[in-house]
Amino acid sequence: MKFISIMLAGVLTSNFIFMQYLGLCAFVGISEQFETALGMSGAVLFVMTFACTVAAAFEQFILVPFGLQYLRTIAYILVIAAFVQLVEIFLKKTAPSLYKALGIYLPLITTNCAVLGAAMLNVKNDYGILWGTVNGLAGALGWSLAILIFAGIRERWKFMKIPEVLKGFPLALVSTGLMSLAFLGFSGLFKTILK
Amino acid sequence: MTDRLLITSSPHIRAPKTVRGIMLDVVIALVPACVAAVIFFGVKALMVLVASTVSAVVSEYLYEKAVKRPVTVGDFSAVVTGVLLGLTLPPGVPLYVPIVGSAFAIVIAKQIFGGLGTNFVNPALAGRAFVLAAWPLHVTSAWLNPLTMDAATGATPLHAFKGGQAVGSLTDLLIGNRLGSLGETSAVAILLGGIYLLVRGVIDYRIPVAYLGTLGLGVFVFGKPGALFQGDPLRGILLGGALLGAFFMATDYVTSPVTPKGRTYFGIGAGLITLLIRYWGDYPEGVTYAILLMNLATPLIDRFVVPKYYGYMHDVEARRRAREGGR
Repeated sequence: MKFISIMLAGVLTSNFIFMQYLGLCAFVGISEQFETALGMSGAVLFVMTFACTVAAAFEQFILVPFGLQYLRTIAYILVIAAFVQLVEIFLKKTAPSLYKALGIYLPLITTNCAVLGAAMLNVKNDYGILWGTVNGLAGALGWSLAILIFAGIRERWKFMKIPEVLKGFPLALVSTGLMSLAFLGFSGLFKTILK
Repeated sequence: MTDRLLITSSPHIRAPKTVRGIMLDVVIALVPACVAAVIFFGVKALMVLVASTVSAVVSEYLYEKAVKRPVTVGDFSAVVTGVLLGLTLPPGVPLYVPIVGSAFAIVIAKQIFGGLGTNFVNPALAGRAFVLAAWPLHVTSAWLNPLTMDAATGATPLHAFKGGQAVGSLTDLLIGNRLGSLGETSAVAILLGGIYLLVRGVIDYRIPVAYLGTLGLGVFVFGKPGALFQGDPLRGILLGGALLGAFFMATDYVTSPVTPKGRTYFGIGAGLITLLIRYWGDYPEGVTYAILLMNLATPLIDRFVVPKYYGYMHDVEARRRAREGGR
């Protein structure tokens, strides 16, 4: 039950992009093409899930026993940066074209507020290592869902006459707002059953 | 217009259909629903409809003037958006709600992207979702009793139906003698408009049939609290905004898939999400959000549901034939 409720929250009811407004920079920056968005989703999926595991373990075995909770942000960023490095090395070797397409946004996952946010929320909700990992996975799936939908929409803009002044970020942010308006419909889903 | 030379891909067949003609058909199809709303809810309903329509047309005109684009008020698409938004609202709503809603629908959901054809969500539904988020109480409680037109207290029939209570005779539901938004009361009026659109070839039957079929099946299975397979599919479809949504909003050309198969999936998806929100979500009715969410998924449906062209072979088969052909 807890698994379903965490999954549901991460993917639909408290989606990182549409409900918590976290991780928007990469969301807007990488969503112009479906394939690149897919690649980015894979990277975020990997980093978010495992960073959550390791960060939760860090919390449990190092930060709390030694009373170092005030170092949490730095410690977590370090963990995330390590995973991002791994992804970077891997992509550079195996998929150079994707590596190029992702550009600056790949190392920027380090400071992606969604990834750090997921790890921080795990502490706040007292999830521990196992549920923290599940929460990271759910959050990453929700983020991927959002960016894939958005990439589909943005690909169409290439064939349309979009007003020049609004091209790029302004229109992307307006559309994100409209999309989160639609995702409002999922609020409170299965609340009565899962409580 | 600056575009003297218009370059498009084939086919270049010309059809007598124009945007204006299609939109006029939709307006005609909406007339019975509007008339029914005015008969049951009187002047207040008329005021809501007029406010939302005028606001839609005026916002379109002002925006296009402001950004110096050709004014497209004459194609009636703004009228359709305005009337549809008005029909989704309860009759007792304060008039600033339809006015703001229509302005949002036209400017933010449609014109910002470049006008008709570029929007990715149905403007009327985006407008409704916006006013629902902004003034939830006005939009979900300003009901009037039909014919007597005094303020109604208590739950709407849909709410009672979900709780498993009796909700009046089918005749009342069909004619529209019950509480509800302007456009969800009279099922006969909506159906009349829907059939007109189908006969005129303006809409494809696949989306409404798949949508209402999925919804009816779902209500039959889950509709009765505490028991499976005992729901009442007919009342499940007639109550709430599903009919209006299925015929007039889900079939919007711009925001629904182009392929026949894709349209079926679109309808099924909308039906499932409507059920999900209606029975397990926070909101009393899920039609608005279901269609909006399927609007978002439309580009992906179009991307992955591609019809097989004549002579199509599966990769493996094609390679085998190529090998053998090369002997």
